[in-house]
Order: sequence, then structure tokens, then C-alpha cells
Amino acid sequence: MATISPTRVQAGRGVEVALLVVALVVGIYSYAMVGIGVEGSVPADVWQYGLGMAVLAVGAHLVVRWRAPHADPVILPVVVALNGIGLAMIYRIDLAYAARGRPHGFADKQLLWTAVSVVGALLLLWLLRDHRKLRRYTYTAMVASLALLLSPMIPGIGQTINGAQIWVRVGPVGMQPAELAKITLAVFFAGYLVTNRDTLALAGRTVLGMKMPRVRDLGPILLIWVVAMAVLVMQRDLGAALLFFGLFVAMIYLATERISWVVIGLGLFGVGAAVAARAFSHVGARFDGWLDAFNDEVFNRHPGGSGQLVRGLFGMASGGMFGTGWGQGRPDLVPYAESDFIVASLGEELGLTGLTAILLLVAVLVQRGMRTAIGVRDGFGKLLAGGLSFLLVLQVFVVVGGVTRLIPLTGLATPFLAYGGSSLFANWLIVALLLRVSDDARRPAPDVRPVLTPEAGTPVVVAGAATSRPVSASAASSAAVSSTADPPTEIVDGGADR
Amino acid sequence: MSELTVGLLRLGYLALLWLLVLSAISVLRRDLYGTKIVARRRLKPASAGGAAGRAPAGAAGGRGPTRLVVTEGPLRGTIVPLGTAPVLVGRSPGCTLVLDDDYSSSRHARLYPQGEEWFVEDLGSTNGTYLGEVRVQAPTRVPPGTSVRIGQNVIELGR
Repeated sequence: MATISPTRVQAGRGVEVALLVVALVVGIYSYAMVGIGVEGSVPADVWQYGLGMAVLAVGAHLVVRWRAPHADPVILPVVVALNGIGLAMIYRIDLAYAARGRPHGFADKQLLWTAVSVVGALLLLWLLRDHRKLRRYTYTAMVASLALLLSPMIPGIGQTINGAQIWVRVGPVGMQPAELAKITLAVFFAGYLVTNRDTLALAGRTVLGMKMPRVRDLGPILLIWVVAMAVLVMQRDLGAALLFFGLFVAMIYLATERISWVVIGLGLFGVGAAVAARAFSHVGARFDGWLDAFNDEVFNRHPGGSGQLVRGLFGMASGGMFGTGWGQGRPDLVPYAESDFIVASLGEELGLTGLTAILLLVAVLVQRGMRTAIGVRDGFGKLLAGGLSFLLVLQVFVVVGGVTRLIPLTGLATPFLAYGGSSLFANWLIVALLLRVSDDARRPAPDVRPVLTPEAGTPVVVAGAATSRPVSASAASSAAVSSTADPPTEIVDGGADR
Repeated sequence: MSELTVGLLRLGYLALLWLLVLSAISVLRRDLYGTKIVARRRLKPASAGGAAGRAPAGAAGGRGPTRLVVTEGPLRGTIVPLGTAPVLVGRSPGCTLVLDDDYSSSRHARLYPQGEEWFVEDLGSTNGTYLGEVRVQAPTRVPPGTSVRIGQNVIELGR
């Protein structure tokens, strides 16, 4: 016999400061190295840049300290570091574009978006005191998701860029509403699944060692599949379709623990993708470029050839183990090196060593999100944190898998690294939500529960984490409780806790 | 800037990146192994002497019981830490241990310490309080490990 007790979780704000300092140094170091690599000297405005980044980071830390004091200490520094690395790489590619006389100015826009995103995320953290409030807006979130997904098709504000009808432009600001839709969809899925998980997990027939769901319970997954396929067909956005459907499958698996949902989901998506590859030339071209990338004819095909993919591969190959160094490679030879192919650019200049470190940072971030999902006590929070973390890692998988030719290439933005304001903004909002849920997950249980109400006969452990605390402290608090109940007779330390 | 400096700065950058990764991992390592497993203390036969049958678990160390454990009934598994103040048991929400049990009275029984020992006192309950098989009439000493029946619940004192 043994007792298992959780060790007391530290709030970790001090750890966060230490990690934030390292993360800031990484970002500013990157910026300085770009200057050294491209122009031979440290950029003159490195102090202003560093100060700006530091102000944002310190502001974020203070808001977290104030509004989410028990939030996970690793999430914020990791995101700050990733954002800093992304900014430096976009600036570096900007310089290369400028030298070649191509359109540039991405870095300034991304810098502005970074500031907007951080402020937006902090506002969300500030205003949303409890993530469970979002559950009230389950169906509002569904309507909002559909509206966001459909908005690029509204004539007047919708725009088609590079064949994908995923843009909305209001005045000078262009947005990809699908990026925000992934958050509202995660809220909707979490709210819906936490209510209906029992139906979906209900016993069905066992086939090949898996419990299959009943046919009539397949409705929701088919509906989402239809929506994802509609996005794929009408907006020609393979990445977003994969993302939404993958999110739903992952969250239904989280909710029901049934592997059969994953099998059904992957099967449905496989069928959909195979049909789409036959029926639509732009999807088919992606498959050709993936399977037969080094074919001369496929390489030179325009549009939709594998030239971009293969150039990215060569870039990463020339980077080798330790990379060419910031500003020493030629990542700008790859089309869209600043957005879709930022991973290839980073692989070229930082090498396998640097890219592995970056991927590990993402892994740490996602691990924190998943750990939050395990730690939080309410089902909605579990599904929300798990779903949002999965969203982050799925984006990275789809992009890195595409760039490294593991899976067909799709146009998704790498979270925090790639150029793209909407994506950066949405991902910072995801971070704010994760911080909010992790604050709830890591907050120590209240010391004393004076009224002990058993819930439907389940064993209740009294006094919160009483068993894990030193006995003397618990004894004092129990004395405080009983002193309220009973006329004090021999109480010495009673009431000290109030 | 010389080529050597740039080369060193390059490697320094990668080292810093890995420093961030490893320090982040070292922070979350604590979390991965975040539970502490303590084997329950074995009974010391030396001072237990001739205690037959259900030997009182707490008698060995010489200190009094430190917690009250519900061993039977709807609240099974509940633990109430014991201090120096008395513990009131019953259905009333004001009690220290609130029972959801139709067979117990609202203020059913009181456990209180005297020195190292704990006593149980029935507060005029309808169905009575039993120490082992004996109905408690007057305040009675509760040896650790002896079951006290209150309605449908059985509680024990333990260390």
C-alpha cells in the first residue's frame, strides 16, 4: 500500500521571468545576427527593437502575473522566442528581396502585427476571467465559425489571392477569417462534445477489436466532413480543410477515447482527398509534386509545379548540420520563403541543429497545453486546452511535413514563425486561452471546504489537498472549521486561518 | 568583423537556442515527475505487545491519531485531518464531517481529544453511536483503528 500525492505546484512566475530573458535574448540575438550576416554589422536600431520586444514581453508577464498568477511559466517564453525567431527570418528575407528589387516590407508589417497580437491576447486574458464562460457561447461559436468561413465568399469584401478564396479585405486591413474560425470551432467542438460525449462513446458493435459507433451517431462527423470538403472545393484551401477536420477528429477522440473515431476520420479524409485529387487539378498537382517532385516535367510545371518544394529541399540540404548562418544562405530563392516556406528558410540558415531546437520549442509548447488539459478539472477546459494544443501541433506537422515532403504540400502558416498577420493574431489568442486554462489547472485547491456535500454517493476527499499538505497545517485549518461549528472549548490555534 | 568572430557568434546562437530548449525542458521535468509516492509505514511489532486481531495502527509511535477516515458508507474514503479541536459529526451543515445519511442525527456525535487520546461522545442521537459492537453511553476512549459506527457510516481514527 502506498499513498500517492501530487507535489505542490509552484506558481512559477520567477521561472517565467528567467526564461523570458533567455527568450528575448534569442530574439534580439537573431536580429543582430541578421544584420551581421547580411550587412556585416549589427543593425543600428537593435536597441530600439530590443526595447520594443522587451516592453511587449514585460507587459505580457505583468498581465499574466496579475490576471493569471498560476498560469504555466513555460508557455509565454517559448512563444516569445518563436515569434522573435520568425520576425528575424522575415526581416532577413525582406533584406534579400530588397537587394533583388522585389516587393518587400514584410518585416515591418509583421512587427506591427506582433504588437497587435500581443495586445489582443493580453486583452483576452484580462477580460476572460474564467474559460468556462466560453461554454455558454457554444452555439454562438458555431454560427461565428460558419460566418467567418463563409465571409470570403461575400462579394465586395472577399478576395481571391493565388487561387485561394480565403481573404477578406476591409479598408487597408486584409485578414484570413479562417484563422480565427479555428479558435471558435475549437470552442464549439469542446462545448458540443462535453455535452454529447456519452452518446458518441456509447457501446456499438466491436469490429476488428475496435468499438465502432452506431451509424446514427455518425451525423456530426459527417457534417463536419461536408463542411471541410466544402472549404476545400469552394475556397480551394486544402490546408484549412485538413486543419478543421483534423481538429474535430482529435477532439472527438479526446472526448470519447475511442480509436474507432480516428480510423473513421482518417478514412473519410482519405476518401475525400483521393476524390479531390482526381476531380480538382489544383489538389492533384499537390499530389504530383509530392510523389514525383524530382521529375523534370513536374518541377517546371506552371502553376502548381514542385519547383518551390524542391528548391526548399535543396536549401535545407545546403544548410546541413549547423546551417549557413543568419544572412549567409539564399532562402529567398524559394517562392514564399517568408510565409509558407519559412521552415525551409530556417532549416537553411540554422541547420538541422537550429531547426530541431525550434521544433522542440513547439513540442514543449504543445506539451504544456496537453499537460494543462490533463490538469484542469472541468471537461470543457480539458477539451478546449487539448483541442487548441492539437491545433498548434497539427499546423506545424502539416507545414513541416509538407516542406520536408513527408505529406503533400498545403498552404498553412507555421504558428508564430511565418509571415501572416491573421495567423499570428489567432495563435496568440490560442496562447492566451491556454494561459487562462492553465491558470485554472495549476491553481492550488482551496485549503478548506467547510461544508462537505457528497455528490451522488461518490467518495469525496475532504479539505481539498489535505492529504498532500503537512499535517500540522491541515490540523490548524480543521480546527478553524470546527470552531465555527462548535462552541470553542480548548481551541488554541483555531481561527488562525481566517 | 572577422570570419572567426562571425563563426563563433553563429555557434553561440545555436548554443543559446538549445539553452532555451533545455531550460524549458528542465522546468517541465519537475512537472512530469510531479507525484510523490510514499509507502505506508509498516506496523512496528515491538511496542504493540499483545494487541491481538486488529492491532491499532497508531499505537506504535506514542503519538495520537492524526486523521479520521471514513471506512464504510457513502462517504467511504473521506479523510478529515485531526487537530486539537473537537470534531462534530452529523447531518447538519455546521458539522465538521457532514453525513448525507438518513440514519444519523443532525448533531450525532462528537469526537474530542484529551491529551494524546480521543474520546467519542454521543449527542443524544436517535440511532446511537457504536464503538465496535458496544453502544456509546458516556464519553468513551477511541483507540486508533477501532471502528465507530454512526448511522450507515463507519469511521476510524488513524495516523
